[in-house]
Amino acid sequence: MRVLDKKLFRDFWRLWAQSLAIALVLACGVMILVIAIGVERSLSETQSTFYERNRFADIFASATRAPNDLKREIEQISGVSIVETRIVQYSILDLEGLSEPATARLVSLPPMGEPLLNIPSLTTGRMPDPQSSNEVVVNSTFAIANNFTVGSSFHATLNGQKRLLTISGTVLSPEFIYLIGPGAVMPDNRRFGVVWMGYDALASAFDLGGAFNDVSVRLTRDANEQMVIDELEKLLAPYGGTGPYDRSMQTSHMFLDSELKQLKAMGKAVPPLFFVISAFLVNMVLGRLITLEREQIGLFKAVGYSNAAISWHYVKLAMGIGLFGVLVGWAAGISIAYWMAGYYTVYFQFPYLIYITSPDTYAISAMAGIGAAVLGAAQSVMKTTKLSPAVAMSPPAPTRFKQNIFDKIGHFMGARQPVMMIIRSITRWPMRASLTTIGIALSVATMIATLFMFDSMDIMMDSAFFQANRQQATLSLAQPQSRAVLADVENLPGVLRAEGMQTVAVRLTNRHLTKIIGVEGRDPGMDLSRVLDAGNNSVVFPQQGIVLSDRLANQLDAQIGDTLDMEVLQGQRGHFEVPVTGVIRQYFGIGAYMDLNYLSALLQLQPLVNSVNISIDENALNGLYEQVKAAPNIAGIVRWDQIRQGFNDTVAQSSGITTTIYAFIASLIVVGVVYNSARILLSERARELASLRILGFTQNEVSFILMGELLFLTMVAIPIGFFFGYLMALGIVESFSSDMFTLPFYISRGTYGFAGVVAFTASAASALLVRRRINRLDLVAVMKTRE
Amino acid sequence: MSQPVFHTDEVTKVYNTGDVQVFALRGVNLDIYASEMTVLLGPSGSGKSTLLNILGGLDDATEGSAFFKGMELTAMSERQLTTYRRDHVGFVFQFYNLVPSLTARENVALVTEISPDPMLPEEALAMVGLENRIDHFPAELSGGEQQRVAIARAIAKRPEVLLCDEPTGALDSKTGVVVLEALSRINSELGTSTVVITHNAAIQNMAHRVIFFADGQISEVKVNKTRLLPHQIEW
Repeated sequence: MRVLDKKLFRDFWRLWAQSLAIALVLACGVMILVIAIGVERSLSETQSTFYERNRFADIFASATRAPNDLKREIEQISGVSIVETRIVQYSILDLEGLSEPATARLVSLPPMGEPLLNIPSLTTGRMPDPQSSNEVVVNSTFAIANNFTVGSSFHATLNGQKRLLTISGTVLSPEFIYLIGPGAVMPDNRRFGVVWMGYDALASAFDLGGAFNDVSVRLTRDANEQMVIDELEKLLAPYGGTGPYDRSMQTSHMFLDSELKQLKAMGKAVPPLFFVISAFLVNMVLGRLITLEREQIGLFKAVGYSNAAISWHYVKLAMGIGLFGVLVGWAAGISIAYWMAGYYTVYFQFPYLIYITSPDTYAISAMAGIGAAVLGAAQSVMKTTKLSPAVAMSPPAPTRFKQNIFDKIGHFMGARQPVMMIIRSITRWPMRASLTTIGIALSVATMIATLFMFDSMDIMMDSAFFQANRQQATLSLAQPQSRAVLADVENLPGVLRAEGMQTVAVRLTNRHLTKIIGVEGRDPGMDLSRVLDAGNNSVVFPQQGIVLSDRLANQLDAQIGDTLDMEVLQGQRGHFEVPVTGVIRQYFGIGAYMDLNYLSALLQLQPLVNSVNISIDENALNGLYEQVKAAPNIAGIVRWDQIRQGFNDTVAQSSGITTTIYAFIASLIVVGVVYNSARILLSERARELASLRILGFTQNEVSFILMGELLFLTMVAIPIGFFFGYLMALGIVESFSSDMFTLPFYISRGTYGFAGVVAFTASAASALLVRRRINRLDLVAVMKTRE
Repeated sequence: MSQPVFHTDEVTKVYNTGDVQVFALRGVNLDIYASEMTVLLGPSGSGKSTLLNILGGLDDATEGSAFFKGMELTAMSERQLTTYRRDHVGFVFQFYNLVPSLTARENVALVTEISPDPMLPEEALAMVGLENRIDHFPAELSGGEQQRVAIARAIAKRPEVLLCDEPTGALDSKTGVVVLEALSRINSELGTSTVVITHNAAIQNMAHRVIFFADGQISEVKVNKTRLLPHQIEW
């Protein structure tokens, strides 16, 4: 081994603690890159493979009742490659061991042959006999959650008739990778499932013989999607069609896609932060090392080593640190990505997971990691090339200090000399002080930008679950019915109050902007489920007009006073001019609301309701469940109290894990920055501090000079970090919000406090690590040596 | 002669470097008296610095004891030694050891702020003839000026003893003399017992007593009948 390389290894050994602190920060960046890209690509690949193999449709539409002959006309639309017509209905299930009713989405299978689109993949058993009236397949997760196996049976109420259905197999479908019940905000595999059964059985149960109410379309490669949608809409309109939509509005696809987008965004936005901090740390440590080794560098040059050889020597040191960080990051990334991919299969139901370990991810992360270290080293290494051997071998000129405004302030305040030393150190090296401050601030910001989400969710939950939706359950009716049904519901056992509303599919248009949505017609006096304004006050609907959620209003660029074109997409279709009378804040979903009487008047119908919110006497629940399970016209029930509980549990669990992980990562940054700063300050000042010890300063007084500076910078950094965190959180709120939910922007004092305390504690702990070295300063050596 | 300020009793110091034992001091017995100016003279490695470090509370003895005004230094804890240095001892180093980020006045104030009965920093600087340079940073001062700031810093607490390790070692003869004048003036005006280590034989002529070191032992003690003034010394 060459001598310089021996020196390299010994330098590593000597600097191990500092190198480790840098390498771990770097490893975080590499790890997040590997995880985000790895999981995103794996999920994307799995998604597209599953979509392709199981022919996931491109366009979806529903109708009330369309004749089967219409299928041929749909196939004629230019750009259409495959058409599948089905019957899709909801049904109440009576499951053994579950007192409350569950809900199923019933999907028909073709009378002959395999489905052409959205093909379910069997995971166990076989597909049902198309001729059988009681054989079904269910989605695997529903079967698992309810301990169903092939041969298990359960009761379902199909259009008022109770049937015993037998499971012939379990499946997973590209249509239901993310499965969420109507009205629900979280998957609930126990209480919501998808049931596939033969067309004939469903058609006879729902009186839809020779007809369909759901259509899926697969496009040719060169199809004009919008044109197909328009044509399809025209064809379905006479049969109660509610406006076709593409994949972007298909619930499962929408959730999966937004998750993938978030992963991608994380992979792009977060790692650079860690790389920048690492580069800065390498710069600091190597800069100091080169200053200390000035005379050695002069000697190397004097004996004939070239500038290139000396530079390469120090670059290798930086690369070593980088390489170590990359390896740790890879190891952590691979194991965590594997765990995370598994975690995703809890929420996303894939029949398989194509785990992609793309070499380029590793190449990119290695280049970024080592590159950051080398870049950090560049400035210091350049300095070595500029040193002439003669100058290098003589000691450096003493640092020049100048009086400035801060000194005057210090003197004016009667600051003692240790404080003056701190002030001068900060003002003499403002760049170093700022970078240390920024490093700590970024770690504070990282914590705030992640942990504030739990604050936001608190607000969301409080608003959605406790302020707006105060009903304990929502019943959805199989068919719209007159208000008289509310009295029937109130007569059910345990129901204390029942309030109805009607949802009608409409297309809202403002100038060139258009959106398909279900508008909710509400009775003015509704008190269980309320539409609230920003101040959480119940919105009073004017007799005419529409109230929009803020996100929908934005999408339509509509303001109060604007008039929208509302095209009703079901029943007696027609166009209506409706004024916007209010815009409300809404966190879950997007919405449009009207007075039910006004809506009915527009539709020229008696007021109808298709869902009923109820409050319940808990003691009479079982009686209510029995009735609901048997009621012919109730298609589903959503228990809001269970949603609240489930949401609470999930949030509590994931908040614990997330908080720990981010507090750990942020602490790593702080330790990396503060420990290295402290070591460098100590190295620069060892002699000064030892002299003070000789002059009679205690260990505490001497430590104060070093730790005081770092803790002061930490105290400055924390509020700056609060500000950065605030901005980052604002950006995250923007990028996370979708039509599914809008994240409210709210950061609690607790979050600020936690981030501040973690940063300060980590900073103090790293400073204390260095303090031990102050206690061991060699006082005798100082008497004799010159730096 | 007055009471001894320092008294040592068979002080021995052994350094273990690997397998080899190095005897830095071999049973040194010595008294240093109040208001006395003592020069410790001897070649490198003769043990004079080791003795100074033990007297200054920076190092401990392997065997034997050292006393300051009857208090046994060799039995003190680290904390007690710190207090001892803080309240009773002034140090002057060969390489000045000023804090570069503090001005001359502030370097002196560093010590006066933690001393029970200090003089004003300006007063201490005036005693070494630097009253016009008080707001300069070390980088703006010559070597001799820096050393005089260091002396001002050492005496500003009115120490009972002033320990100087090669105070002129890094200076040319002309500047060195100015520094010695400062030391001599403090010794005579404040009555501070002053111990100066040097291997510059010329300096011995300004001392009351000269103690010669060789091989970790005192080889000779010489009392000067007549002392030279610093400006009469040349090297």
